[in-house]
Amino acid sequence: MLRVIVRRLLQLAVTLIALSALIFVWLRNLPGGPIEALLGERATPERRALLVKALGYDQPILVQYAKFMQRVLTGDFGNSIRTGDPVAEVIGRAFPATIELALVAMIIAIGLGVPLGYLAARHHGRLLDNLSIAGTLLGISIPIFFLGYLLKDVFTQNIHWFPPSGRLSTGVDNTEVTGFFVLDGLLTREFDATADALWHLILPALTLATIPLAVIVRITRASVLDVLNEDYVRTAEAKGLRHRVIRGRHILRNALLPVVTIIGLQTGALLSGAVLTEKVYNWGGLGTLITDSISGGRDYPVLQALILLAALVFVVVNLLVDLSYAFIDPRVRVR
Amino acid sequence: MSDPITRPGVAAPRDGADQPGTDERRPGMSERGIGLLGERKKARLEELARASADKGGVSLVRDAIRRLRRNPVAIVGASIVALFVLMAIFAPLLAPHDPAQRFDELTKNLTVDNIPGASSEFPLGSDPLGRDFFSRMIYGARQTLFVGVVATLIGLSLGVLIGAISGAFGGWVDNIMMRFTDVMLALPALLLAISLVAMASRSSQWTVIFAVAIVNVPIFARLLRGSMLAQRESDHVLAARALGVKQRNIVLRHMLPNAMTAVIVQATLTLSTAILEAASLSFLGLGDPDINRAEWGLMLGVDGQRYFEVRPELAYYPALAIIVVALGFTLLGEAMREAIDPKNRR
Repeated sequence: MLRVIVRRLLQLAVTLIALSALIFVWLRNLPGGPIEALLGERATPERRALLVKALGYDQPILVQYAKFMQRVLTGDFGNSIRTGDPVAEVIGRAFPATIELALVAMIIAIGLGVPLGYLAARHHGRLLDNLSIAGTLLGISIPIFFLGYLLKDVFTQNIHWFPPSGRLSTGVDNTEVTGFFVLDGLLTREFDATADALWHLILPALTLATIPLAVIVRITRASVLDVLNEDYVRTAEAKGLRHRVIRGRHILRNALLPVVTIIGLQTGALLSGAVLTEKVYNWGGLGTLITDSISGGRDYPVLQALILLAALVFVVVNLLVDLSYAFIDPRVRVR
Repeated sequence: MSDPITRPGVAAPRDGADQPGTDERRPGMSERGIGLLGERKKARLEELARASADKGGVSLVRDAIRRLRRNPVAIVGASIVALFVLMAIFAPLLAPHDPAQRFDELTKNLTVDNIPGASSEFPLGSDPLGRDFFSRMIYGARQTLFVGVVATLIGLSLGVLIGAISGAFGGWVDNIMMRFTDVMLALPALLLAISLVAMASRSSQWTVIFAVAIVNVPIFARLLRGSMLAQRESDHVLAARALGVKQRNIVLRHMLPNAMTAVIVQATLTLSTAILEAASLSFLGLGDPDINRAEWGLMLGVDGQRYFEVRPELAYYPALAIIVVALGFTLLGEAMREAIDPKNRR
């Protein structure tokens, strides 16, 4: 087991280093690269040369990369071109917003997806099953930003159930401790802030949950269907075990293994979806940051840090899922 | 009727070969007959050989198509796709107006918060620039199909190239290729596409197509590699090797064709995600900047977003078109996957 972990960690490190090198080289050899981004298009050659020297772009690329990695490993990604703030700070401010949103979306997706998938499998071939299949197909075919606008239109313009955008209503007093607004409210006992933050979270989280929800329903359904045909389920039923026991210990426990893997892969869908969802609801997280860093002139230091961060999160989550899989399923551990 | 013996030389692609359990049922089956090939068995084999010669055999593909034709899901999917393709081909005949032309009768009523609705001459009203929205929707089929198909084809070609090299050589070549795909897979799909577009200095239709294509390269590569590696040990490759077929021919004529069915299914599914991803890029402001181009993703992502409160139809129609077409490709792809799955062969 330990050997597997070490090997996977090494692979992960190689992947991330390769990615960082790629991004580094690419971003530096662009027409309209960082120099133009900093100076604008009408820069004089003298100023350009000065800046090239100041940024160290006249040194060999390997030296530049080594310096870059050295700084990255100490958490220094340079300063944002747009605002001039340190990149780590800019990202640090936006990070909790996205994580909070993604977590709530994941809770919705799993909380609804697993029971729905189970019910669909149990009603195999009947109305509920067909409805859920139709729903999942629609879920993966709808552009989620469009769904976001639709939800926003219905629930904030037509019936005013939810706020249209942002993370908190103006006027709600909230003391920032962690940056996770729901948690902050609880920690500082400002429960009205917690309620307000949750109220703002519902629509964006629902939007973001669409694709993972559809995928989880499908996988759970397929997996439960497989398990239902197993002999041990029939045996358990023949033994006259109570329904609840069969469902919990025999069916779900076995059927949920593939679901766990899929949940790991859905982190990718969440990160991608967050970019779209955050734009719809003006959320102010990492997704908003990416969009702003591209459309307001390319803000390369922020972009490269964001790309690396996204890759790190995605790869690490998948590694954890793979490892947890081995712990949940004894059969994998042996191999 | 489709007994495996009647189809000599056709091995089923083993999608699940990496999973535990698929191989465990095999031992014991083949050993039993060795050495015991008595007269009775020989006669039986000859009889079977004659029977299969009479029928001429059914290829895997033909068999799959036969199963597809009976599957209502496949028919719905194929019909949607067919309609979409026909609309794209005959767009100039179907559209009442030039999609790029601005009409005075539309522009004169056009303001920031009023976009003219349907009239007898313009069935879906105007777009934000005073052009016929209906004609743009019809021409949109053409551009959308173009983006989807070209992106998928580029992704497929590069992926197949990498996957085939990986699967054919194995060993360290395979290792390097797979680390390469790992790097691409380390970023979630849309983020990879965003990074690629961001790396171009200006976006154009081709940066969108290219970005969407690259996202799919590792998926195709992995799929093909897995399928080819699984075949390396299979009986038909062993037979070819024993007959002295050259390595190059084994790869090109025996392994690749068998692995391609899974790739084609994946391509069908990819067409749907490619269209959705292109729409997402447009929405993020990274799409094609050409204002004359009528493409559904662009119409939804740019005008649909900007004028959602003024005239939501500008978003509804392209969105509906995208959903239906994405659904069509998904249904067809899923049905195809089911049809070629050896488990379902009856």
